[in-house]
Amino acid sequence: MMSGQAGPVTVVLIALLVLWYVGAVFMNAPTQIDRYNRADQTWTTSKLIEDTLAQERPILPAPHQVAQEMYKTIFATKITSKRSLVYHSWVTLSSTLLGFASGTLLGIILAVGIVHVTTLEKSLMPWVISSQTIPILAIAPMIIVVLGAIGIKGVIPKAVISTYLCFFPITISMVKGLRSPQVIQLDLMRTYNASKWQTFWQLRLPSAMPYLFASLKVAIAISLVGAIVGELPTGAQAGLGARLLAGSYYGQTIQIWSALLTAAFVAAIMVVIVGWFERRVLARMGVKA
Amino acid sequence: MKLDKFCLVGAIAALLALIFPLAGMDADTGKQVAFVGDIPGLAIAMALCVIAGAAFTWLGVRSIYSGIVILAVGVFGCWQAIVTLYDYGVAGYAGTGFWLFIISLWAFVWRGIDVVANYRSLEKAKQQVANIIVPVAFGMWLLFAWEVLVAGFGVPQVLLPPPSMIGVRFVTSTDMMAADFYQTFVKAVLSGYVMGCGSAFIVAIAVDRVPFLKRGLLPLGNMVSALPIIGVAPIMVMWFGFDWQSKAAVIVIMTFFPMLVNTVTGLNAAGKLEKDLMATYASGYWSTLFRLRLPAAMPFVFNALKINSTLALIGAIVAEFFGTPIVGMGFRISTEVGRMNIDMVWAEIALAALAGTAFYGAVAYIERKATSWHPSFRVRRH
Amino acid sequence: MTLKEVVNNVAEMPASKNAVVDIKNLSLTFQTADGPVYALSEVDLTIDEGDFVSFIGPSGCGKTTLLRVIADLEKATGGDISINGVSPEQARENRAYGYVFQAPALLPWRSIERNVTLPLEIMELSKEERIKRAHDALKLVELNGFEKKFPWQLSGGMQQRASIARALSFDADLLLMDEPFGALDEIVRDHLNEQLLKLWARTNKTVAFVTHSIPEAVYLSSKIVVMSPRPGRIIDVIETDFPKDRTLDIRETPEFLEIAHRVREGLRAGHSNDE
Repeated sequence: MMSGQAGPVTVVLIALLVLWYVGAVFMNAPTQIDRYNRADQTWTTSKLIEDTLAQERPILPAPHQVAQEMYKTIFATKITSKRSLVYHSWVTLSSTLLGFASGTLLGIILAVGIVHVTTLEKSLMPWVISSQTIPILAIAPMIIVVLGAIGIKGVIPKAVISTYLCFFPITISMVKGLRSPQVIQLDLMRTYNASKWQTFWQLRLPSAMPYLFASLKVAIAISLVGAIVGELPTGAQAGLGARLLAGSYYGQTIQIWSALLTAAFVAAIMVVIVGWFERRVLARMGVKA
Repeated sequence: MKLDKFCLVGAIAALLALIFPLAGMDADTGKQVAFVGDIPGLAIAMALCVIAGAAFTWLGVRSIYSGIVILAVGVFGCWQAIVTLYDYGVAGYAGTGFWLFIISLWAFVWRGIDVVANYRSLEKAKQQVANIIVPVAFGMWLLFAWEVLVAGFGVPQVLLPPPSMIGVRFVTSTDMMAADFYQTFVKAVLSGYVMGCGSAFIVAIAVDRVPFLKRGLLPLGNMVSALPIIGVAPIMVMWFGFDWQSKAAVIVIMTFFPMLVNTVTGLNAAGKLEKDLMATYASGYWSTLFRLRLPAAMPFVFNALKINSTLALIGAIVAEFFGTPIVGMGFRISTEVGRMNIDMVWAEIALAALAGTAFYGAVAYIERKATSWHPSFRVRRH
Repeated sequence: MTLKEVVNNVAEMPASKNAVVDIKNLSLTFQTADGPVYALSEVDLTIDEGDFVSFIGPSGCGKTTLLRVIADLEKATGGDISINGVSPEQARENRAYGYVFQAPALLPWRSIERNVTLPLEIMELSKEERIKRAHDALKLVELNGFEKKFPWQLSGGMQQRASIARALSFDADLLLMDEPFGALDEIVRDHLNEQLLKLWARTNKTVAFVTHSIPEAVYLSSKIVVMSPRPGRIIDVIETDFPKDRTLDIRETPEFLEIAHRVREGLRAGHSNDE
């Protein structure tokens, strides 16, 4: 399956890269021409293209400029430095992972409760479902500021946002997953006079695994989004979100793009890692890949 | 004999509430703020809790009616608790007795909800009423708990305002919030949503005709949904300015890929048999598209429309954190947070929640009308 | 008469009636990763106007594939085939046949009536004409009164009848049916078989019918084609002379049992060749 996609994906990626270059030339050309005119310089098309791809604060930086910036800030800078993207990534990642872990735990506990207690299901589940439709991220600045006001700063407030964001999808799909055993399978457990716990461990939890992993991939991604947005209101101290904000304050487009791409890589890597665990666990459970 | 645990807890807690001091000391006068004996309503409520709790502990909760009685006692108690807090100055000074009474109320409300939640009726209307009462009562209880905890402990308003204060703020600033709503939702969200979903739908139909593109774009599209696209907000603000256009642009980017992936998947959802059937009619590409493949894709398309309705609102609000004219929901949230007007922030969040739920509900309603044939709308849970 | 002779006899029989389907030395090979699969090989067959031809054989014998080749859902890789004197592709474009699948394949978002009018819509008939024809077709399968229902509101047997009505709606002279009653229980199946026979007797359509049930094949057909797998080929063609208005009772007659016996012998012979 993957081999059949590799070719087309590569072609599409290359096409995107080409589009990016073309876009960079066209979007940066007006300011460049303006600059030529003010300096009374004569210019040729090839010089224009060359210069549009090497501006200091371009409207759209060229891919190689972003790549250079990323190389510089990821590999060529000490990771303890405030200019290092590794440092900023780690700041964001730590709260992402903390939030992800606690959100997952909370989500699973809530789902187990909802599946086993009718009253919880009927009273809580409608709220969990409808809260999916609420733009929860809007709450982020307030959590940061309010927790900051009572002295909780740093990783925890961002992790709280991430927790809050990721427990909803996990709860919903875990409830679905824990309910996924068929009636005959549940009846089978009844014929063995299995207790609720036995049914849970032997039947419900294994059946829920595919659902859990599907939601974990969603959760880790939005956990990162939560951490990034959580870094905005604190006024650009540290983290990928802070880099975005600082870049937008000072018009450092190259910095914005490199922070953005780094965030994308971090997200992709985390989803891949969750996917790897998913394959391992499901393979051990005999689920066909 | 099996005792009803919740009623027992309710009765004992209410009894203790009568004994323990209701409120703490006033720092200035050195006297206790209030006594149960001075507040007849509260005294009656507590006594009712003791009596009802004891009665149901022995008798057991046998029918829906006893559940309703328990709920009614709980509701009366909640009302008296609020009155005590605000009319008798207990707010900020709540003592052991008051909290014991709240515990007692919790036991009653939970037991009452429990009874209604397990209510089974063959009459559809009655069952529906019960199904609505449960989450509503639960939600009300959460609001009550929030109110009582915040007021009882005297939590500063800059940290967490009580819901009543948020409600007042919501009602008194409707003009400003209407302007914010118009800027963020009507201008940015709706235009971005329509453009994003519409363009993705058309692109999906085009991509579907080119298998090579389809194989190249689908995995990428799936990957993109995991990326923090919201990060493009500062770039869009730079490109399209502070007004709604930049927010719409963020929304277009955010909503594009879910719609693309879902529509392409949906266009391939028609069964092999159905496709063969159309082939036996020598049906052309467009005829098959409109008669078979698009209808079969509708559940997928609506799925994307629902996902996107939430994404669009998030995109608009977060993009406003990066710069906006002096109106808009995201703008209001970030500036009022800065001024520590937390009640205004909560009111704005409530507005966002209402808008999000209504938007989603509208899409879900249209889905129900358009794809009522789909099995998911008639399968009942076993 | 040996097997070979039967096949030759059939192939050389003079076409007394008009041949609706004419197949000569047809073969179909699928190329797969594990090497070629010979789905059909050296198939010779003529289906005359008004015939009810059953294709019977174990799974993998190519009976469904043969039907799909006739319907132009699959392309032959060798030999000749003509439907009403033209190629299958042209026949499909002329809407020369109605096809009934193993499953009803009704579109869930259309009512029964709108499902039946689907082919008519594609053929761009006027609205009144469509409604009239759907009405007639539904009457033929005794489903009148269910026009406004949706597929899920009907039982499996009724859904399959609706799909037959859909195949009948545009009045093609050739009806191709691929195990249409395979998923239904015996009682419903008997009932639908009877109805199908009545329909055949009344309309004088040509029917090609794939089945894996010997009694069903013998009961319905005027001609039974016995096939065997790997490679899929015809090993016997048996003509029956039951009247068109036959009833379920004939299944107890000696002739019926004799033919059923011959079909079974043929299937067994085909099997032993293979093992």
